[in-house]
Order: sequence, then structure tokens, then C-alpha cells
Amino acid sequence: MSDTVIRVENLGKKYRIGIAPEKFPTLRDAIANTLKSPFQRIRKSLPAGKKENAADVIWALNDISFTVDRGQVLGVIGRNGAGKSTLLKVLSRVTEPTEGEVTIRGRVGSLLEVGTGFHPELTGRENIYLNGAILGMKRIDIERKFDEMVAFSGVEKFIDTPVKRYSSGMYLRLAFSVAAHLEPEILVVDEVLAVGDAEFQRKCLGKMSDVAQEGRTVLFVSHDMSAISRLTEETIVLEKGELVYRAPTQQAIDYYMSSGFKTGERVWAADEAPHGAEVPPQAAPFIPLALRVKNAQGQVVDLIRSTQPLTIEIEYRLDEPIQALRVGLYLRNMRGAYVFTAFDTDNPEQYQAMATRPPGHYISRCVIPADILNEGRYALGMNASAYRVKRYFQDLRALVFNVDGTGAPGKQWAENRRGVIRPRLAWEINQVDN
Amino acid sequence: MSELTLQPNQELEITHIKPSRGWSALNLRDIWHYRELVYFLTWRDIKVRYKQTLLGAAWAVIRPLVTMIVFTLIFGHVAKLDSEGVPYELFTFTALLPWQLFSKALSDTSRSMVSNRSMITKIYFPRLVIPFSSIISGLVDFGIAFVILIGMMFYYGVKPTSAIWTLPLFLILALLTALGIGLWFSALNVQFRDVGYIIPFLTQVWLYATPVAYSAQIVSPKWQIVYALNPMAGVVQGFRWALLGTDLGADAATTLSVSILISILILISGLFYFRRMERTFADVV
Repeated sequence: MSDTVIRVENLGKKYRIGIAPEKFPTLRDAIANTLKSPFQRIRKSLPAGKKENAADVIWALNDISFTVDRGQVLGVIGRNGAGKSTLLKVLSRVTEPTEGEVTIRGRVGSLLEVGTGFHPELTGRENIYLNGAILGMKRIDIERKFDEMVAFSGVEKFIDTPVKRYSSGMYLRLAFSVAAHLEPEILVVDEVLAVGDAEFQRKCLGKMSDVAQEGRTVLFVSHDMSAISRLTEETIVLEKGELVYRAPTQQAIDYYMSSGFKTGERVWAADEAPHGAEVPPQAAPFIPLALRVKNAQGQVVDLIRSTQPLTIEIEYRLDEPIQALRVGLYLRNMRGAYVFTAFDTDNPEQYQAMATRPPGHYISRCVIPADILNEGRYALGMNASAYRVKRYFQDLRALVFNVDGTGAPGKQWAENRRGVIRPRLAWEINQVDN
Repeated sequence: MSELTLQPNQELEITHIKPSRGWSALNLRDIWHYRELVYFLTWRDIKVRYKQTLLGAAWAVIRPLVTMIVFTLIFGHVAKLDSEGVPYELFTFTALLPWQLFSKALSDTSRSMVSNRSMITKIYFPRLVIPFSSIISGLVDFGIAFVILIGMMFYYGVKPTSAIWTLPLFLILALLTALGIGLWFSALNVQFRDVGYIIPFLTQVWLYATPVAYSAQIVSPKWQIVYALNPMAGVVQGFRWALLGTDLGADAATTLSVSILISILILISGLFYFRRMERTFADVV
């Protein structure tokens, strides 16, 4: 028998966004809708009216299936809005799924936020009991663990002071220490480490890995890739509510870092707004169309040889003339360090000539000479702006490409060369004395 | 930490999470499992209630006492309402205690889901725990004010009747009624914040529909059954009957049964409605 403790099958969670969830519905609306509903019911019975308006609905989770074995520490990564938090909320039973099923063997403790239910007027001691009870601990367990929790939090001296007098750091430490002493078979953790100072974060991470070593199952959501790779062996990647990848953590992180940038070309679909919102409406009249990386043979590629020149093309459209426009690039390595910034009108003469760029379809192209970039991954960002007037469009991570170092200077040694560039320098070696 | 190592064959509780449809079972066993949380939340409400107030728990006495004085001046002296042979002050104070317990429990419960939203959106626990715990905390205020009532009875030389043992039953009736309506309102309040505006208005109107300031005997006998549809009428009359020995009316058994029936009806429907709405609380609140 397999030792599966979490089985998620075809899980889906739908949110309605059309009815403006930010606005609290009023009773009047409900009454009005009830009065209107006979007509809606009639309309729904008609075939055309049956389809739900797709624009009103967002699937925060869509057809997700996976299993987690006992004792496994599974990471969950994905961009904002990918559905990570919704997944944890469903697993911890805070909210119900719209479809699908989850089977969980064992008690689930969720740490979606530390300090939930803390009351500012109560003392640290009182809050430990209250918070423990909210998190599902039994009173005798809290009593048994009390000293341990206080010691971990390091607020012994203030334990009988109302927590509203605590510094935010003390508050957080106390809150986390209650949560960290939960002993469920399955622990679900969301981003709690994003808060607190470095010292405290280290302590939390240490506690988390203790938990994992005790053989309990942990689901860990984070944006912090180093925390993910330290704590988890396997990771799933969510994208727009779907599970797109599951692999050992390093592979999953690599996938996540490069997801969406596979081809060496980034295309901004025209008129993709409103909900894609890739190109915000305020970019107009500048409309980005595509960003491409081409090799010396003119093929669009995502892998470039360091020893060959590479061409970068920015394709765009101007719906109206723009004055003093500059369209350009940011090149960064994967650590976020800038390699360079360059604009198509960097040359003063070209800038004069292009003082007003008339409407039309354009391609701005430049060549990065051979033997400049070191091997590794690079992110291309683009920017279209008029200096000190307006930034029309900016995407700092529009495209990612790889540089392969085969044949690059120093390749005879199988070492990683430090530095973002790897120029082929003309060394002279002179013997000045014998 | 050997207690934490899990044996592979250890029996683990299995949870199925799937979309629920239609009406859900009440699952009161879940509440029982979380009874300590009910206790802690009640305890929190009590501890926090008079924090950072100058007069503290004295407020539990001041509120009914001031209302009593106002009622005595207006209804007792100016309007000269009949108080069934009991000093008017005592007559109305005896009614104010269960009434204020009821109205406080009702408004606390109705707001409870929204005021605890941070918990609801972050942690799972049976949601019924919240309205349950906000019902009970008002009993402390009631207890304090009750001491004053005993003092007043002593002062006016009124001896409680032998039926004083029924007092807790009337108290329970008041609380169950408050819980029933509170369940409806707390679930509605999650979606419709109008409830917040309705409650003060409702309790005010309800106060006048309940024989707090006047005697129930001014209602003609043929309307007594209709009047009994308000369970609080039965509670207030019961309090006076048990403590002051006033008349319960000819059809007391019938009217009281109607009151109890109504109260239970509201409670059960409230429980089911709450459970039905519960699944969307975290998304909507």
C-alpha cells in the first residue's frame, strides 16, 4: 500500500469576479435579483443563456491533481495569482473547492498567517492559549508546550504584558512560536517567512526543517527560492491555476525561472487586454509587438553561442507620432545584475533625425558582438519612453535566453568563470627577464 | 521528541474535501470537538470587554440601572403605567435584565462573523463556534446586574417565589432565541452589511414589542397568542412571575409553548441556513 497522505484529484476553484467582489453586495441588490430571477431562469433555460459569461469567472485553481506521500516536504511555487494560496486554503479547509476532491489522512495544521486571532489587549500568555486553541491545539497540549513556546519566542520578560505594547518583532516571534509548536501530521505553510528580520527568518527555517525531519508532511509555499530549495526535495509549479510541472526542487525552480520564455521570442498579442493586461492601455500610442533574439544565421533562438554575435529585434507599432521616443533594452543576468542598458536613439545624430517618430510599424535592431557575454542565463527587458516626459511601456523580464560558452576564452578549464562578461581579450605575454 | 514520530500503521483520521451541495448536516459533533475554542473565545470576549475603560465592569450595572431610571420617570411617573402591584422600578428592572442580555447577545452574534473575519479567512474551525461563543459572554454582565436586582428586591421587601428555580429555563429561552436570530443575521451579515444597520433598529422596536416597560396584561386576552409569537414576551413575563410573583396570565401554558416552539423553529432554521452559507464565508466576508 502506498503511503499517500494527500491526494488531490481534479481540484478546481472558481471565483466570480464579474459581480465586483470588492463591493459589498447589499440586501437591495439581492431583493432586486430575486425579483429579476424569474426572467433569468427563463433565460437560463434557453440554450444561448445557459453559458456562463466567461469574463465574470476566474478559475483560481483548474483541474489540479497530485499526491503527497507521508514525510514528504513539497514546495509550491508560482507567480502571483497562480493559485498557490487558494490551493493551501482549500487544503486547510478554509474555503471549499468548486469541483474535484481532496483526501487527506491525518490532521492538517495550517500556517497561512501567523498571529491569527491575537488580541492586542490580551497578554502574551493569554494570547498563546487563545491562538493555540484557534489553531486547534488542546489546552493540555498548550500547557505542556507553554514553556517551550515562550523560550523559542524569546519574550519571557514580557509574557504578562498586553501584546499591543510589543514591538512588531516580538509580536511576530511570539505568534510564530505558537504556530511552530503545532503538531499536526500535515503542515501547510504559506509565506510566513516573508516577515521578520533575517535572524528570525533563519530561526523559522530551522524550525521548519526540524518539522520535516520529524517525518511529518509539509506543504510549503514561498517566493523565496533559496528557502524552497533548502527545505523541499520536490516542488510543484502552478501557473494560472494549473499545475504545470512537478519535479525535484532544483529542476522545478529552473523550470519556473524560465517558464514562458522558451522560444527566444516574446510576442505581445495585440489587443489582448482587458484581462491579459500584458500591455497596459496607458502604453498607447506605443504598441509593443515582439522581442526576439536571433543568432548569426538569423534564426530565432533561445540559446546563443558566446562566440557568435547575436541580434536583438524589437518590433512595435506607433498609432500616433511620438516625440523624443527611445526604445531600448535592459540586459540582466539571473541574479538581477545589469549587464547594460541601451536605446535605439543613443546616437545623438540618430536621435536628432528621429526627433518625432511618425506612426507606423517599426523594428529596432541591434547586434551584440561576439565574445562579450559569459555563459549563463540572461533576461532581456524592454523600455519605450521619452526621457523625462513619459514612460510608454516597460517590461523588465520580457524574455530570457541562454548563452553557451563552447569555444569561449578559457574554456579549456572546466570551471565557472565569474563575471557577467567574458570578453576575448588580446593578451600579450612578454618575458621581461629571464 | 519520540512522541512525534509517526507509526506507519497508525490510525489517522481521513478528511474528504469536496464541494458540498444543497443543505449540509449540522455536524454538531464538530462543535463538541472544538468546545475548548468556544471556551477560549468566550473568555477572550469577557476579558477584553471592559479593558481600558474607566468604570470597567460597573458598566454592566450602569446600563440597566440608567434605563430603569428613565423608564420609571417616563412610564412609571409620567404615563403612570400599571405595574401589577409591584414598585415600578423593580417591575421594569426585572424585565430589563433578561432583555439586555438578549439584545446584547443578539447584536454580538449578528456581528460576530464579520468581526472575526481575519480568523475565518485564515484558519479552519467549525464556523458555528463563533456565534456560539458570542452568546455566552453576556451572562457575566447579567450575573453582575442580577446582584443589584437581589439588592433591590431586598430593599422593596419583595420575596422571590418558590418558582425561582425556573429562572434558568427562561434564561435559556432568551439565549436560544438570540442565538437563532443571531445565526440568521450573522450569516446574512457576511454577505449583506445591511444587517449592521438593521440590528439597532430591530432591537429598539423589539423592546417595545416586549413587556419591559409595561405589563403584558394590557394586551387583550384574544391577542395573547399572537403576542406569544415574540418569545421574549414569555421570557420577561416568566422572570416577573418567578421573582416577583406577578400573574402569568390565564393561558400561560399555551402562550409559553408557542414562544418555545417559535424560538426552536428560528434556531433550527438558523442553524441550517448558517451551515448552508458557511462554505462561502471565507470567500465573501
